[in-house]
Amino acid sequence: MEPIIEMKNLSKTFGDGSNQVEALKHVNISVEKGEIFGIIGLSGAGKSTLVRCINLLERPDSGEVLFHGMNLMAMNEKELRAQRKKITMIFQHFNLLDQRTSLENICFPLELVGTPKKEARKRAMELLETVGLPDKADAYPVQLSGGQKQRIAIARALATNPEVLLCDEATSALDPKTTRETLRLLQDINRNLGVTVIIITHDMKVIEEICGRVAILNHGVVAEIGKVENVFSKPKTEAGRRLVYPDGLPNELLPKTKVIRVAFNGGTAYQPLIASLAIDCGVKVNILGADTRNIDGKAFGTMLLGLPEDENEAANALAYITSQKDVTVEEVPDYHA
Amino acid sequence: MLENIAAMLEAWGIRNPLEQLEFLLDPSTLPFAIWETLYAPLAATVLAYVIGLPLGILLVTGEEGGIHPLPKALMNVLNTIINLLRSIPFLILMVLVFPLSRLILGTAIGTTATIIPLTVAAAPYVARLVEASLREMDRGVIEAAQSMGCSTWQIVTKVLLPECKPSLINGATNATITILGYGAMAGSIGGGGLGSMSLMRGHGRQQFIVLYVAVILLVVLVQIIQSIGTALCVKTDKRITHK
Repeated sequence: MEPIIEMKNLSKTFGDGSNQVEALKHVNISVEKGEIFGIIGLSGAGKSTLVRCINLLERPDSGEVLFHGMNLMAMNEKELRAQRKKITMIFQHFNLLDQRTSLENICFPLELVGTPKKEARKRAMELLETVGLPDKADAYPVQLSGGQKQRIAIARALATNPEVLLCDEATSALDPKTTRETLRLLQDINRNLGVTVIIITHDMKVIEEICGRVAILNHGVVAEIGKVENVFSKPKTEAGRRLVYPDGLPNELLPKTKVIRVAFNGGTAYQPLIASLAIDCGVKVNILGADTRNIDGKAFGTMLLGLPEDENEAANALAYITSQKDVTVEEVPDYHA
Repeated sequence: MLENIAAMLEAWGIRNPLEQLEFLLDPSTLPFAIWETLYAPLAATVLAYVIGLPLGILLVTGEEGGIHPLPKALMNVLNTIINLLRSIPFLILMVLVFPLSRLILGTAIGTTATIIPLTVAAAPYVARLVEASLREMDRGVIEAAQSMGCSTWQIVTKVLLPECKPSLINGATNATITILGYGAMAGSIGGGGLGSMSLMRGHGRQQFIVLYVAVILLVVLVQIIQSIGTALCVKTDKRITHK
């Protein structure tokens, strides 16, 4: 497959001084032509900033945004405006023009490119047909329901025959039934018109329903990226697990970290093993349980430690602890069972 | 009959009512006064919008984070000038602007001459009214327009102004009424119309019948302008469903 949108090493920081927020940190995502790509994350993860960086409503501080291999960031205003007709967008709050009818709203992007009025109206009527609201041509936004408004917004976004449709929380203001209908419509548009769809959401159901691939965004970093079934069935990162299992992990999915039992055989109690491990090796271990005593300045007892998930770190930590004086170490193989 | 009414009024303690009634009933008096009352302020309102509308647009689009940010120094100068002009009381401004009136119209006296100070006073006010209207615009809609490849000019002409039209009409109604009030004040230093009539004859010569008639007519004029403005605003606003 050929990539249509490539985000390369995107970074974006808002504010300065102590109010500085790094919204995006070295984000790399490549979206393929014709797919429905999801970007999911909790609020504040940087999703909305990321989607706005694709059509440069928000300009990244560094990195590149490529559309068909062309660097959008290198373009001047006029060239960029021309490309924006090919990368259109729908929004959570629809953002229709309140003083225009549905038909006039759909005609709006066509007016911008100077399409003759008659031709624009004809195209708008076809699009109303596509989104299933041919009878609402003369209705004003105030007379439409949320789902209907989003359909009009979709029709408006399709008017200039875009190649990419960006959806920023497009179903977040809709009820579950309308959400499903709207997603179905987006899927139809993707299949029938070949429009690549990029969906930003905080809702896993939206991704599961129609996306092929997904990226999990966490504090401005892409935590995971891949096929939806893979990422959602076995999230590999903390951020992924928090999203997929917001109520905590099912037992079988708890990380299989190595657990060791450390026995202190009377070394100096004033030598803080765990702290020096953190400082010397830069490895943090998890104290699962401890029963230690300080007898006459000497440490006796045992401690259960959970080693880090990363195998290298775990090996480092194990080697460090084993090398200590007056300490014996044994593995606890059946801790998770 | 006029004599009878005058005699009755005189009996109520009103001085020389006959002269006042004859003045008011002269067919050239009131129509001309009403015309003079309206003409200078309406002309000034139009001129004030010619200056104030672009300024108001600039205040919103040119600010930091606006759709077309302008140099901060320029915005500061613009804001300072507007605030300065707005802080001078109208009567004083009028006297200050006399030389400008003379320069443009050749005279500083008369109804036409008041158009200049009225415009100078109203333009910054109009700029602020326009600014307030445009600030009601939903940022999301502007963002949507930008996402469709709208240029700054297209956003102003196709999004900001049409979407804010009802609010702009409200503002224009307010502006017209305020300027009408200023115009009446201008009566005190050489302007014509109902304002001058109530000041010169009503207050100056103690002709209270003239005073009250003039004031009532002013009130009626304001009511009519407000009603037209409100009706126009409601008619234009497509967000209102029950009309």
